[in-house]
Amino acid sequence: MIRSITKQKSEQEIERLLKGLGRIFIIGCGTCVTLTRTGGEPEVQAMKERLSGSGKLIAGHVVVPVACDNLTSEVLQEFREQIEQAHAILVMTCAFGVQTIARQLKKMVVPALDTLFIGKETAPGRFGEICIQCGTCIIGETGGICPVTCCHKGLVNGPCGGTDKGKCEIDRNKECAWTLIYNRLKELGRLDSMRKLQKPRNHLGEPSPGNFEILEATTE
Amino acid sequence: MVSLFKKALTSGKFMVTCEVAPPKGINLEKTVHHIELLKDKVDAINLTDHQSSVMRFPSLGAALLVKELGGEPILQMTCRDRNRLALQADLLFAASRGIQNVLCLTGDSVMLGDHKEAKAVFDMDSSQLVAAIRTMEKGKDLGGNDLDGEISFCAGAIVTPEADPLEPQLIKFEKKIEAGAEFIQTQAVYDLDKLKDFMEYARRFPAKILAGIILLTSAPMARFMNKNIAGVNVPQYLIDEMASAPKGGALKKGIEIAGRMIKKIHDEKICDGVHIMAIGKEELVPDIMAEAGLV
Repeated sequence: MIRSITKQKSEQEIERLLKGLGRIFIIGCGTCVTLTRTGGEPEVQAMKERLSGSGKLIAGHVVVPVACDNLTSEVLQEFREQIEQAHAILVMTCAFGVQTIARQLKKMVVPALDTLFIGKETAPGRFGEICIQCGTCIIGETGGICPVTCCHKGLVNGPCGGTDKGKCEIDRNKECAWTLIYNRLKELGRLDSMRKLQKPRNHLGEPSPGNFEILEATTE
Repeated sequence: MVSLFKKALTSGKFMVTCEVAPPKGINLEKTVHHIELLKDKVDAINLTDHQSSVMRFPSLGAALLVKELGGEPILQMTCRDRNRLALQADLLFAASRGIQNVLCLTGDSVMLGDHKEAKAVFDMDSSQLVAAIRTMEKGKDLGGNDLDGEISFCAGAIVTPEADPLEPQLIKFEKKIEAGAEFIQTQAVYDLDKLKDFMEYARRFPAKILAGIILLTSAPMARFMNKNIAGVNVPQYLIDEMASAPKGGALKKGIEIAGRMIKKIHDEKICDGVHIMAIGKEELVPDIMAEAGLV
């Protein structure tokens, strides 16, 4: 299943963002951030203790089932009084959850996490990026492996000179996307696909900010 | 008009190029000194483009300086910092000032340099930059619009003959030549038998190949490159030879090794020439050439 992969911000950054805000309401999420252990029940409890220890008053806390879901509004309604007493909401969800919550409250929201990428769990406790939603999918020619996402430089014509023993120049723990693509295409007998000189990518898939509408077919 | 470098490249003579790194700042004294020292000894001087992603004086400015001092520049251009508009614009400027030789590179990751938080561009890659040059020579930009004025470049690219795995690298090499690369500078090579194997393959393609020679300055430097630079393999016997140099004599030994390799490449016609990278020790290039019997 596709997941939002997050990392907790440093204690110093959270402290800076909460400076001068004495009463805090904490919100976690039972979905992606529970999987990544960044905003589930145990992490919310730990945050509560940490902030209490540094002199903050915790107005309340809740771990909503799916922060980015519309049902979150009902949960917020349930905790309305405690939320109203808080100076700020510390949100331990991905950015989708933070924004879903921010839209519904007249309160400052402070994200406790950085959203790293959209990906999936590749092994217990390990997460990999799958797609950057570029809007112009090219994996039909790369054996189903995305170089735009998986190559550090997003190259579409093969590896750069920094690749070594199948690993990326920026981190020997990262796979070289083009070694993976080469191996896959070779296995499929389709290296001809890699030999084709690709033009510079089309970056006009969906100009940011994305805003898509299903257009009804017009009847004559 | 055809560039001097291209004329030399197609004349069949053994080519020697080197490189000069622009300074960190605007004190061009050392750069000017290196250019003046080298301009009449080599066929062309490469000007590096924020090498290793370290911000410096621009390669375009340094190429212009070579031109002004009467030398033949090879403008290195990476795709790391400029999108297709900026790259084309800089090519137009280069062409307008008589800078006609371009080495097209993808560029190192921004993360490896001294501005790690900067946004990397990579709107194009090295092979696409070569193709863009050929398109511009036909009077069109990448948007399909007409360009006013004639443009002519000698375009080159690089290859790592000892990349691991090798075949994906060779596919990219072939694409660079298909895109229109006329010359190829290799990553540093030390094992000439492996270079011969590569050349047996590379000779099939219509591009001149210049073997990359990095001056060894010490045994630890050789070990450092083996560990940290992709596709560079200094054999143990060369590391031992460097280590055997008397105290204070490592550099002399490095010059001797580089000269010996170049001589062999020249005498046995292994490649069409050499590209000497005396990183930080550009003033030693004439000594290396003398050691190789080229001056």
